[in-house]
Amino acid sequence: MTGDHQSLALILFSVFVAVTLGITTWVSRRRHGSAEEFYAGGRLFSPLENGFAIAGDYMSAASFLGISGLIALFGYDGLLYSVGFLVAWLVVLFLVAELVRNCGRFTLADVLAARMRERPVRIAAGTASVTVSVLYLVAQMVGAGSLVALLLEGAGAQERAWMVVGVGALMVVYVACGGMRATTWIQIVKAVLLMGGAIAMTVLVLTRFHGDINTLLTTAAERSGHGRDFLAPGLKYGGGWTERLDFISLGLALVLGTAGLPHILSRFYTVPTARAARRSVIWSIGLIGGFYLMTIVLGFGAAAVLGSDAVRVSNSSGNTAVPLLALDLGGGAGSTGGTVLFAVVAAVAFATILAVVAGITLASSASVAHDLYATLRRSRRTKPGRVHSEVTVARVAAVAVGAVAIALALLAQDLNVAFLVGLAFAVAASANLPVLLYALFWRRFTTKGAVWSVYGGLVPAIVLVVLSPVVSGSPTAIFPGLDFQLFPLENPGVVSIPLGFLMGWLGTVASSEPADAARHAETEVRALTGAGAA
Amino acid sequence: MDKHDGRTAAEPEVGPLDDPWSDALALRWDELDYPTDYGYETHAASAAAPVPKPRSAEHDEVYLAVQRSAAFQEVRRRYRGFVIPATVLFLVWYLAYVIAATAAPHLMALHVIGAVNVAMLAGLGQFITTFFLTWAYARHARLRRDNAALDIRWETQELTGGNLR
Repeated sequence: MTGDHQSLALILFSVFVAVTLGITTWVSRRRHGSAEEFYAGGRLFSPLENGFAIAGDYMSAASFLGISGLIALFGYDGLLYSVGFLVAWLVVLFLVAELVRNCGRFTLADVLAARMRERPVRIAAGTASVTVSVLYLVAQMVGAGSLVALLLEGAGAQERAWMVVGVGALMVVYVACGGMRATTWIQIVKAVLLMGGAIAMTVLVLTRFHGDINTLLTTAAERSGHGRDFLAPGLKYGGGWTERLDFISLGLALVLGTAGLPHILSRFYTVPTARAARRSVIWSIGLIGGFYLMTIVLGFGAAAVLGSDAVRVSNSSGNTAVPLLALDLGGGAGSTGGTVLFAVVAAVAFATILAVVAGITLASSASVAHDLYATLRRSRRTKPGRVHSEVTVARVAAVAVGAVAIALALLAQDLNVAFLVGLAFAVAASANLPVLLYALFWRRFTTKGAVWSVYGGLVPAIVLVVLSPVVSGSPTAIFPGLDFQLFPLENPGVVSIPLGFLMGWLGTVASSEPADAARHAETEVRALTGAGAA
Repeated sequence: MDKHDGRTAAEPEVGPLDDPWSDALALRWDELDYPTDYGYETHAASAAAPVPKPRSAEHDEVYLAVQRSAAFQEVRRRYRGFVIPATVLFLVWYLAYVIAATAAPHLMALHVIGAVNVAMLAGLGQFITTFFLTWAYARHARLRRDNAALDIRWETQELTGGNLR
């Protein structure tokens, strides 16, 4: 990769940053400073806009570069990820999107507080949401650091650190100044860029093989060095039974975790009605499904065009497969086409990280200000004057969350953090989803059940990861020198998700006070009809 | 309902001008410039007297009555009648797919035609069923649920004055 690629990629990325900063300034020029405006963008986005924004929030650089790279290296096993990421949206569409839109105002905890005692459930759900967000944020920001090292030749630890700080600072500016409105427009711009880049690359791959998928797959299998095995599962997860169970655990976390991700839930509040929330999810399922289908073509395309070995030489986890493919499809290294296409892909990947990071920061600042701060610091009596103060707290929280994430990402930048995304999904599926489903569907669910459910999913998920081989007891662990490993799996989902559901049930059964029938009636009527919805 | 009785008892002199609809119309949910947080006090003060306050006994009674009503039970039955079987279906299908891929890769590697094997068909099948169920859910909600739910929404909000918790 020569200097031309780098400077062009940097110019394109700077254009993206300039455009998004322009959007932020434009939309925040006459801001009201109300909570409705800051957390939910005034609730006036159209389903189409919100659908693109949801897709933008969800499709991270890990999907774009990581999944295609996994397919290029391991063939079919990479595809298993994309299926989990997509099928998860049916849980969101059927059980969560419309009901959450009707019941809540800004966060997950709002839905619970509608029928439970407010203080304990807000603290529990706020803590779980912040945990999920911070895990996901650190993964994305370390990813930003690695990306700059991958794409800009000669970038050392210094440049990576500056990239992490730069991405963190930019996202704080976006979120603190522009709130949900600016964040949403950034997601939309990013989703359009990402889809455009993926479509262009897919068309080029298919043209190379004259539209013949069969030839593409056969060539990929030949050049992978694995033959037919490349097109069947087993190359990555076909080892021992522990590895297989680990993947089942991850698959469970992926499919159930999406519906508990705070930055996805908060997107449903940006549209005026539940029907609009449904239509935005339908748009995003179309976009996300199309995108993952294209990553499959790109992954097998990279294996067929470049060969798996060439991809592995460049980066052992395959993250450079798509940029290298772009270089080749554009006409090879040194050609104008190759330079331009490589730069476009690199800029899209940077933009992707920036947008995802902004979305998560906003969601976690909402959890901190609206759930945790509001509950811990404020007296029970509500006064009109506090409306402004909550938004101020949220802006400060965005800065604080950004600072914590930058610090953690700098500390973690040399560690293997690939497990963090899976862990964030596992925590979301164990701590957030059970309580949400119980609150929406179970008449007898009580405050105690809610609190037990959140902590009963959150604590085991975190503890099991601390005791897992990703933290200690293996050569690739965070502390390779220590060994306090007790739990064999890298992903805790298969244990912690059932525990979250079980504890919610146990807590409810063990409650001395019965569920409040009137508040359940109000929640249920509101969830299904929208009566009295914000 | 009691709110009308309460009103006529409290303000009998208003007489025919006091059309109960005017309050409901003035308090249409989308026109409300409601406070951006839980400022009930201001809201309740601006609302006309007969509207039950949030978390009051009358407010609760409205929701309990709506929940018991046949119209609401029908909406809930239709919603659950679709999503529960559909959720069980796609979760079982997805788990079967993941377990087959990890536990029985040889079964998945069975050759079908050209470069296509069982695994490819199953993976593509997951995409197709996801798109199909999305379409089916949207259609079911639009045709079987939306209008009935909207009617209940307006009726409930007329009874409660659209107040928020």
